[in-house]
Amino acid sequence: MSSARALFEDKATVRKIAILARLELDDPTLELLGRQLGDILGYVDQLNAVDTSGVEPTVFAGETTRFRPDDLRIRLAPGASLDNAPDHSSGAFRVPKVI
Amino acid sequence: MSIKFEAVIGLEVHCQLATREKLFCGCPTDFGAPINRNTCPICLGMPGVLPVLNEQAVDMAIRAGLALGCEIRERSVFSRKHYFYPDLPKGYQITQYERPILERGGLSIELEDGQRRVIGLTRIHMEEDAGKSIHMDTGATLIDLNRAGHPLIEIVSEPELRSAVEAVAYLKALHEVVRYLGICDGNMDEGSFRCDANVSVRPVGRAAFGTRTEIKNMNTFRGVQRAIDHEILRHIDVIEGGGVIVQETRLWDEAAGRTRTMRSKEDAHDYRYFPEPDLPHLIISTARIESLRATQAELPLAMRERFVRDYGLSAYDAGVLTGEPSLVAYFEAAVVAHPNPKGICNWLTSELLGRVDAAKVPTSNVSPGALARLVALIDDETINGKIAKTVFEKMLSTGMSPDAVVDADGLRQVKDGGAVELVVQQVIDANPNQVSQYRSGKLGLKGFLVGQCMKVSGGKLNPSVVNDTLDRLLGPPATGG
Amino acid sequence: MSNALTDYSLCALRDALDRREVLAVDVAQAYLDRVSAHDPVIRAYLTVDAEGALQRASEIDSNRAAGGPLGPLAGVPIALKDIFLTKGLRTTCASRILEHFVPPYDATVVTRLREAGAVILGKLNMDEFAMGSSTENSAFQQTKNPWDTTRTPGGSSGGSSAALAAQLCAGTLGTDTGGSIRQPAALCGVVGLKPTYGRVSRFGVIAFASSLDQVGPMGWTVRDAAALHEVIAGFDPQDSTSSDRPVPTGHSRTPVGGRLDGVRVGVPTEYFPETGLTPDVRLKVTEAIGKLRALGAEIVPVSLPHSPYAVATYYVIATAEASSNLARFDGVRYGHRAKADDLLSLYLRSRGEGFGMEVKRRIMLGTFALSAGYYDAYYGKAGQIQTLIRRDFEQAFERCDVIATPTSPSTAFRLGERTEDPMQMYLADIFTISCNLAGLPGLSLPCGFDADGLPIGLQLLGRAFDESMLFRVGCAFEDSTDHHVRRPPSLQTGGVVTGQEAQS
Repeated sequence: MSSARALFEDKATVRKIAILARLELDDPTLELLGRQLGDILGYVDQLNAVDTSGVEPTVFAGETTRFRPDDLRIRLAPGASLDNAPDHSSGAFRVPKVI
Repeated sequence: MSIKFEAVIGLEVHCQLATREKLFCGCPTDFGAPINRNTCPICLGMPGVLPVLNEQAVDMAIRAGLALGCEIRERSVFSRKHYFYPDLPKGYQITQYERPILERGGLSIELEDGQRRVIGLTRIHMEEDAGKSIHMDTGATLIDLNRAGHPLIEIVSEPELRSAVEAVAYLKALHEVVRYLGICDGNMDEGSFRCDANVSVRPVGRAAFGTRTEIKNMNTFRGVQRAIDHEILRHIDVIEGGGVIVQETRLWDEAAGRTRTMRSKEDAHDYRYFPEPDLPHLIISTARIESLRATQAELPLAMRERFVRDYGLSAYDAGVLTGEPSLVAYFEAAVVAHPNPKGICNWLTSELLGRVDAAKVPTSNVSPGALARLVALIDDETINGKIAKTVFEKMLSTGMSPDAVVDADGLRQVKDGGAVELVVQQVIDANPNQVSQYRSGKLGLKGFLVGQCMKVSGGKLNPSVVNDTLDRLLGPPATGG
Repeated sequence: MSNALTDYSLCALRDALDRREVLAVDVAQAYLDRVSAHDPVIRAYLTVDAEGALQRASEIDSNRAAGGPLGPLAGVPIALKDIFLTKGLRTTCASRILEHFVPPYDATVVTRLREAGAVILGKLNMDEFAMGSSTENSAFQQTKNPWDTTRTPGGSSGGSSAALAAQLCAGTLGTDTGGSIRQPAALCGVVGLKPTYGRVSRFGVIAFASSLDQVGPMGWTVRDAAALHEVIAGFDPQDSTSSDRPVPTGHSRTPVGGRLDGVRVGVPTEYFPETGLTPDVRLKVTEAIGKLRALGAEIVPVSLPHSPYAVATYYVIATAEASSNLARFDGVRYGHRAKADDLLSLYLRSRGEGFGMEVKRRIMLGTFALSAGYYDAYYGKAGQIQTLIRRDFEQAFERCDVIATPTSPSTAFRLGERTEDPMQMYLADIFTISCNLAGLPGLSLPCGFDADGLPIGLQLLGRAFDESMLFRVGCAFEDSTDHHVRRPPSLQTGGVVTGQEAQS
């Protein structure tokens, strides 16, 4: 994985990830981020030195399966789901056309 | 010379589970609520919210697994599947990826020639539904999140179906199973039961699969059949024309009767699955499985066989009754009240179903007990079959019990010889011409005279007593004349 | 007497309110006045809810006068990191994308504080989405370290640590994903506890990295932190990852002068490296360990061999989860929406405009770490190393009951000093991160000052769900030192009253 740093030198790769993450970045920012992420991944690459064969990843989410008790619900007043909506119409959230 | 092709089809079916509440929050799941009314911070994907699993949904998934012979994982894991779309509130769907709750099952389907085949199931996993996007003519899209967070199971078949007909048979069998289990209402119009198909073709005899396409947006059984048939022919056309099939997702256009490209493999999402850190692993105990098994609903196939065996019904009648879960309970309740399964089946299938939609039978004016009582009144000759139809009409329109109708309208059958004789004598006296013709050998006129007796009595006389009395009073007709 | 109401520690104030020596409205007003006077310099508060605070305080006073039921924190003025959802009170997470967001519900910990009678003064500054170690990543303002206003208060809970050190609230809650409670506590000379993962509900807390985030109390003293912990901890049916283990209680009333006989304090060699630790920090932390020995503790060397991998492991796991948790901020249902004619532009621009640089950097890193073809090499690998780090601690805790380390390798650094070099900033968390990766409780408390008069923090790490041990050791240390009652000279306070003075 020593190629990670090289990968981020390619602006097209950085742009691809930015689109996957839905972040609009101008060219100077793309370049800066590419360099910084390359550095960080270069640092992260030290993990490859650790032998992890047969090691299970950690799961902290609790050993006990939990189910929802009855009547556990935050009730919003009618229409309140739209209180923070940037744009809405007829009770629905509104967004521009999908292309 | 042309190569013969065979189709390879696998189906992915999404069933909305019929729980009271959503999968990860307490919002109700009722269909038809005002836009965004069935929402809360959790299913709106507000900051800070966390999912908490719905036990009823887990039990329903296990029921599906028991019915479909799946292996039930003792420990399964929820994962996040990421993509941006406005009807997906959190930017990810909570689903199951690497370790689904159910794996490896099978579904028995009936082919056209009456043979049965078991279609393998790869997996069944639990997930939450997205909301609804309503695309307006203005270009804007409106988002209703009432459906967001509804529990689903996705049932993935092995690519073992070989024709559109088989695919539909599989789909219908699956539809029947989930409705019988009471875990899904099966309503395809409302999207409670949805199907995507993976289709490829290959020359007969070749083991390797061809390139597949995925078809979405099929909303009826017929649509599934047409779409798959269309897609198979399209594949063959492309290949025979020297082209190659492109792996892609295609939308079925019902009106145009064809599929069209939705997105290609290159545009495929990078879903970035990883285990959902907000939910503990789902651990299912043997005790939970056994208690569900003990209360598991009988499946339609087993039930059909039992109806033929125990109730003496024809395979056809058993099929009609078990074709609709609501009829089964109705029928069996009626049989308990009056153990004449054939009689009850006849009245249920020919009369009640002739007037009332199958699904509405349980809530019609005629209760199982009332229908059973009607058949009992016929069987003990309190009324005859013809009168029974009159009684039934009134029961259906008013909700009265058959006894009440019979009493109120004086429809009780007259069997007493003296009372019958009075009516018969009256008819003989009123029809001297017909009587003499009968006596001179026109035997067909007896029917007319019986009819007159019934008419005069309002249909209440016992037909066989009328017959006997007529024979006695008219004497033997001339023979050979 | 020269002491102002704002000089009382949380426990002292609680007791004075209980004894009806002071009124909650007077306390709230005193704090609001102090915020007006000093916050224009410190800039800890993003939102001050004067009206709500005074109203709640007067309800508490009426209740008390009427002999009605009162919670354990009745009338105590608290401020909250702006990551906790407060119903009807703007919650921004210090991000443009939530600048005008008014939550429709309270976080579970906020509900518990309200039920306990706490008076909520307002919301505190932080690094945007808790991503940072200096509070310089706030979209709105730069919080200053009260000990030296040219320096950072630490982060991400820097508004919290600064507000405490400047006596702008009596107690506060922070969140800690990689050190965000303990590091700012250390840099501001206050106490901060990151409880065991699962100890405190995360419901209503804006998520950064779900498997590492934990809510914790910050206060002037260990007892203050314990008093808050007792109220906020415990199982919550709305957080499936919260634990139903019994919550330790009573530590806020620990008698003064406890001894540590029989307690084994582990000292990991990896936390005292030859380079990367300032001499003053090394000296003061070593002296603190000597103090623990003097109190009766046995000091044992331990080893945590996978420590060098903690920062790298953390930045993979935390950013991956963050990239997922922050996907919901899309400008569709709430939050900032950019002008756009089509949906893709709406997403790209709303998020491009709404998120700051550090948040974007981490979303990018996390998105990459989860993307097709890289998952196993990054997220998968990091999860495995996390297991090795956890095992290190399990083995160490076979030989000791508590582990003592520096909280931060240096004292407060200058504002702007590390903003150009993210990697340098990340390494500020080198001693706090393992605790999150292992899910363990960690306490930071003042243990001295460097040559510039800047506070130094001692970190105590405990076994899972053994916060009691941290409180016990922390109280004993605190009772035998006076670092926690010292205040920046510029603040000219009347001298801190902890309520323990009469007893000692």
